[in-house]
Amino acid sequence: MSLKLESVTLSVGGEPHIYQTDLSLEAGSMNILLGPTGAGKTTLMRLMAGLDKPNSGKIFWNGEDVTDREVQHRDVAMVYQQFINYPSLTVYENIASPLRIMKKSAAEIDAEVGKTAELMKLIPYLMSKPLELSGGQQQRCALARALVKGAGLVLLDEPLANLDYKLREELRCEIPKIFAQSGSIFVYATTEPEEALLLGGNTATISDGRITQFGKTAEVYHQPQNNITARIFSVPPMNFMPLSKRRDLIILGEVTKMPASDAFLTLNDGDYLAGFRANHLDLHQVKNSLKFDALLNVTEITGSETYIHMEHAGKPWVGLVHGIHDLKLGSNISVYLNPAHIYVFSKDGNLALPAQYTERVG
Amino acid sequence: MRKTTNQKAWFMVMPMLLLVAFSAIIPLMTVVNYSVQDTFGNNEFFWVGLEWFEEILASERVHDALIRQIIFTSIILAIEVPLGIFVALNMPKKNGLWASLCLVLIALPLLIPWNVVGTIWQIFGRIDIGLLGYLLDQIGFDYNYTQDATAAWFTIIIMDVWHWTSLVVLLCYAGLKSIPDAYYQAAKIDQASRWSMFRYIELPKMKGVLLIAILLRFMDSFMIYTEPFVVTGGGPGNATTFLSIDLVKMAIGQFDLGPAAAFSIIYFLVILLISWVFYTVMVHSDKEESV
Amino acid sequence: MAKITLSGLAHSYLKNPENEDDYALKTINHVWEDGAAYALLGPSGCGKTTLLNIISGLLKPSSGQVLFDTQDVTERLPSERNIAQVFQFPVVYDTMSVYDNLAFPLKNRKLSPDYIESRVQEIARIIEVEEILTKKAKGLSADIKQKISLGRGLVREDVNAILFDEPLTVIDPHMKWQLRTQLKVLHQKLGHTMIYVTHDQTEALTFADKVVVMSMGEVVQIGTPQELFEKPEHTFVGYFIGSPGMNILKTQVNGNKAIIGNHEIPLHKDYKNLSGKLELGIRPEYVSLTDNPDDLPITINRIEDVGHYKIIRASHQGEEINIISKEESGISENMRFARFDLDHTNIYANNWLVTP
Repeated sequence: MSLKLESVTLSVGGEPHIYQTDLSLEAGSMNILLGPTGAGKTTLMRLMAGLDKPNSGKIFWNGEDVTDREVQHRDVAMVYQQFINYPSLTVYENIASPLRIMKKSAAEIDAEVGKTAELMKLIPYLMSKPLELSGGQQQRCALARALVKGAGLVLLDEPLANLDYKLREELRCEIPKIFAQSGSIFVYATTEPEEALLLGGNTATISDGRITQFGKTAEVYHQPQNNITARIFSVPPMNFMPLSKRRDLIILGEVTKMPASDAFLTLNDGDYLAGFRANHLDLHQVKNSLKFDALLNVTEITGSETYIHMEHAGKPWVGLVHGIHDLKLGSNISVYLNPAHIYVFSKDGNLALPAQYTERVG
Repeated sequence: MRKTTNQKAWFMVMPMLLLVAFSAIIPLMTVVNYSVQDTFGNNEFFWVGLEWFEEILASERVHDALIRQIIFTSIILAIEVPLGIFVALNMPKKNGLWASLCLVLIALPLLIPWNVVGTIWQIFGRIDIGLLGYLLDQIGFDYNYTQDATAAWFTIIIMDVWHWTSLVVLLCYAGLKSIPDAYYQAAKIDQASRWSMFRYIELPKMKGVLLIAILLRFMDSFMIYTEPFVVTGGGPGNATTFLSIDLVKMAIGQFDLGPAAAFSIIYFLVILLISWVFYTVMVHSDKEESV
Repeated sequence: MAKITLSGLAHSYLKNPENEDDYALKTINHVWEDGAAYALLGPSGCGKTTLLNIISGLLKPSSGQVLFDTQDVTERLPSERNIAQVFQFPVVYDTMSVYDNLAFPLKNRKLSPDYIESRVQEIARIIEVEEILTKKAKGLSADIKQKISLGRGLVREDVNAILFDEPLTVIDPHMKWQLRTQLKVLHQKLGHTMIYVTHDQTEALTFADKVVVMSMGEVVQIGTPQELFEKPEHTFVGYFIGSPGMNILKTQVNGNKAIIGNHEIPLHKDYKNLSGKLELGIRPEYVSLTDNPDDLPITINRIEDVGHYKIIRASHQGEEINIISKEESGISENMRFARFDLDHTNIYANNWLVTP
């Protein structure tokens, strides 16, 4: 099984919604579309499903051109953010419904519904109506219906967004297991970077109708190829500051200077944008780290960690540090950053130099 | 969420469009045909151009009917819309037996055939056997809708209000039901007065359905025929001869097919024009607000 | 601003509640300190919204009283309580401008136009909507609308408390982040008593000075984020807070030793005469992966790379153990043992924390 989008574009009323997009998805893969609301995730999914036709470009399924094929004749299942089930049917009948359309025998239906219901932990509720169940169970039922169909392409559009935090955590943990058993191509849209990381697989970051990067999830996270990807794939948001290289000197922010060493020497002289993630800021000096002064705005404690919101040279920065730190509002603090954690982007936004630490982790 | 367009739907509705075209346009063409010809019987027609149109536009009788029609429509809109909103606001909000009962009671007049409505009121208003007429007569009103123009108007307006306010109520009620409870809670916390709640929460949320209600009531009342025909037959004199009654008198009573056809076309265009104005105003004001 | 006291408060949606289970909110006694930020945290259906509605006056409790400072307000209507509430979905008056939205509660209270003007400008500056004051509220995005609903609460100076009912539900993750931080800053600047209802532990912990954890209509623990994290008083708190939640392992305790399966773990404290269902609770953050055969032997099932840390999903004799390890820590083949940080190891009897 494979799905291939070739130079696909879509515009509505002259306004481009999807810019030229090429994407190739392999059998048995989990593919995450990550981007903010309105970036084009749902639109792209609708194109993959055949609910919309691209203005130009082609869509191939197993090497066959299916661009003009109706959604009814494609091998697709879809799950939405809203819990969509047939309210008047029991959970059993809901799950059985795609099989009934396929005209399977009663014995086959019974076996397949039983298997899927067990996987989705729905056995005790088979005779209930969907609306009698909790949100998590309703969404399990919708997921079961999509799975039982045995479709080659399963599209999940923010399926966990309407669920409670803990339920989300639970299902998020189960989805990779389910998908590992099925062998279908999964496409999963989400707005949350953490969700993408937990699901693993491949990630395509999307911004304003363009895929900014596609690759293994951890790789995209550790090696963002441009500042848009880096921004989309960081919560809290990535911190930025200007960086310039003058021969053997690197000037960071406004005042911090350091000798250009190793990798930094490979940069051409000029102005760049330096980006680093919140968890790489530290409150204590460690070996090699650079010192920055900042004005503390607010601290938020999550239990084991503290978010520190501050301002450096007029720009907002966020730090995530271990332990509980109740710092005084409005005080001047010093934060430390290991230069190995700095991503350098050129003025056009493309990555000029990846953070050195990623050579060790990713 | 972005929406994408799909032109395929047009093919799906094509058969229906063709059907409508045949059922609506072909009879309409017959009317157009009559409106530009004259006949002396024997199925012989000859071309008269726009003569009938000129005659109708200059006709005092049609002018009078038009003025009556406008007055009638204005009065019933002025009564039914505020009354409908008022009733809708006072309907029980929570689902339950009481709410269902109210809904059924409110919807009842809408379920009665128009000529039956006319007959009901025709009898109801009679001074000899009708409850309304008898009571009014007993308490000293000189009420006789077959002879007194004011009484005839009164009867027809009351009848229309009784018959159609329910439509406004039901539409507004649907609009009101869609307002989340949080809005009322927030307004209470803000210490908003009852009037402010209506003005800033209920009215804006009802606006869409209310405009549809007004449009429907306008079109319906502007074309009213059956009920006044049954109750007063357009009388006394011509006091309640509205446009459609006048048209039928002209076409069937006098068998002036040419002028009647021209009248129909003008009538149709007037309704179309006013409805279009309504619609444009509706859409425009909606756009303006979302800027 | 006021101190809020809940005394013997309980609520049932049924007319004649017969037993404990009929109560959506079981008896609660609690004092909300003046000027503090609280979060009510729990899964859906735990009674947190019921409690919030009782405080705001939208719901009358079946029994007990609500006091603002020393005044009993149990019988008062929401409009007489001088509170502000921000709802799950942004509630703005669509046809009014942003300015009129903010001025609305003041106009209703018939305050002087000069005062209204200056107060609205001040609040607009604080919530950063100065530039759009003349715009109609209708076309604005959800996060700005939510800011305006918040502004309508802040605009009244004498407000007793501001209540939030899952206010960030419909906001995009990136904006959620900003708005949440802004709330916290506002609280520090203005010092209103704030009560924030949510099912999201991150929101609750980052926002509040004190978090009230609720489960099945009952308050299970009230504490600072640190207390909830390090010393959960109930296994539910351990499970619900933290992602993944606390590891809860069946155990036997013998004095200062805990026995898991057939492995013995020395404890820092001496537990005597424990009975009932005994469990050992330890946060994934306080478990480390080692190659020392003296530690608890485990099987590693899966490693999830979550960016700035890794979650190691492991098990010991069928019981799940999650371990959180740092981004840059290497995991080698022979690291198949788990070591517990004993300062952060808790023992639970019948789900409640045991303090020796």
